[in-house]
Amino acid sequence: MWTYFHRLGSAPHFYRFSGRLVPWLGWICAGLIAAGLYGGLVLAPPDYQQGESYRIIYIHVPSAWMSLFIYVVMAAAAAVGLIWRIKVAEIVAISSAPVGASFTFIALVTGSLWGKPMWGTYWVWDARLTSELILLFLYLGIIGLYTAIEDRRTASRAISVLAIVGVVNIPIIHYSVEWWNTLHQGPTVAKFGAPSIHLSMLLPLLVMAAGFKLYYLSVMLIHSRNEMLERERNSAWVRELVDAR
Amino acid sequence: MSRAGALGACLAVAHRDLLLAVRRRSEIANPLLFTLIIISLFPLAVSPAPETLRLIAPGIVWVVALLAALLTLESLFRADFEDGALEQLLVSPHPLPLLVLAKVSAHWLVTGLPLLLLCPLLGALTHLGAAGIGVLAASLALGTPVLSLVGAIGVALTVGLRRGGALLSLLVLPLYIPVLIFGSNAVSASMDGLPYTGQLLMLGAFLVLSLSLAPLAAAAGLRISMN
Repeated sequence: MWTYFHRLGSAPHFYRFSGRLVPWLGWICAGLIAAGLYGGLVLAPPDYQQGESYRIIYIHVPSAWMSLFIYVVMAAAAAVGLIWRIKVAEIVAISSAPVGASFTFIALVTGSLWGKPMWGTYWVWDARLTSELILLFLYLGIIGLYTAIEDRRTASRAISVLAIVGVVNIPIIHYSVEWWNTLHQGPTVAKFGAPSIHLSMLLPLLVMAAGFKLYYLSVMLIHSRNEMLERERNSAWVRELVDAR
Repeated sequence: MSRAGALGACLAVAHRDLLLAVRRRSEIANPLLFTLIIISLFPLAVSPAPETLRLIAPGIVWVVALLAALLTLESLFRADFEDGALEQLLVSPHPLPLLVLAKVSAHWLVTGLPLLLLCPLLGALTHLGAAGIGVLAASLALGTPVLSLVGAIGVALTVGLRRGGALLSLLVLPLYIPVLIFGSNAVSASMDGLPYTGQLLMLGAFLVLSLSLAPLAAAAGLRISMN
């Protein structure tokens, strides 16, 4: 069991392993997203209050979930990379950042598109919108720092510290921002007791969430593989790989 | 420098930084002048009416405090990085986080404390009123050390970069937001006659948290930047 994980820490093994994994993840992800979109846009009934426009939640809500989820994964990978000096973990951390930033951006854009017909405005300085915007800044800071430092290893370790600092700060920022009274509707899925959303609407949402998770995994792995080839371009296994082509 | 041990080393570092700051007084004065000038722009740009100013004063004073802190952050490690003194800190046998804490304390004494003394003037310019000035001073006293401590992490990570200034603001300002919210909220709550101890206590909590964790992160950042 442990040797299995240890082997994943080695770059060539990770490269081969992820190469086999990516197509599977990609196809399952495409299937899930297609099913989720069909269920959400066609099968699910319109909302009694919001009509058809609520359907944007099938993009918006999973993106918002992913934006936080990826940050936590990134910080965890960063911590692993920083503590045990595992190169693969460092690469996973930096490869997560652009995907997380994109999901955060999508959540913001879809939210404001939904806000226009519902609230009558594209943007309000509401608690959740604001903390999502700050999250985007945190992601952009990490990407900015990574691109500013030339040496890849140093850059990775620098963003690891920043990601860990950020993950300590996210709850603080979130609850600070919560201080204003909020326009955003309260949580409807993760409430204690029965969710206040009908199963026919909830199911496509969960399918979409699973699809988005797999999308993150596959894109992150593809990005990691590229990053790995670039960093290890002088090593023997990459040269063998090139020669085999 | 006869005192041995980590405490002696910290005192020596702080003493050196304070001495350097006193020898270059304009570096202490410039951020304060910056604060004054920016604050005096708002009545010109928005409205000189006392009611309007009173409404926006807590926010603008705190935003300007944030910007002034950002302006001075680079001086925390930059000069030491360029003349090699930072490497001496890194190879010293004393724990680096403590030395960083000493540097940050010295930095706060020359940037945060003068801002605190400027409070009555800022309050008078923006019609805060006596009570508002008191709360502003209290919130700045608790909040500006947090700005220095959290900022130290950002500077430590960017000190090796040639042009880290703009990047530094992207890294540090999002982390400053909680301080900004509670700081300005305390002042405006007090001006509306609402209780404000909660906000000040939160600022105190941020101070304790950053006091205990930020030096560790900044030290880790310095080690990464310097290798």
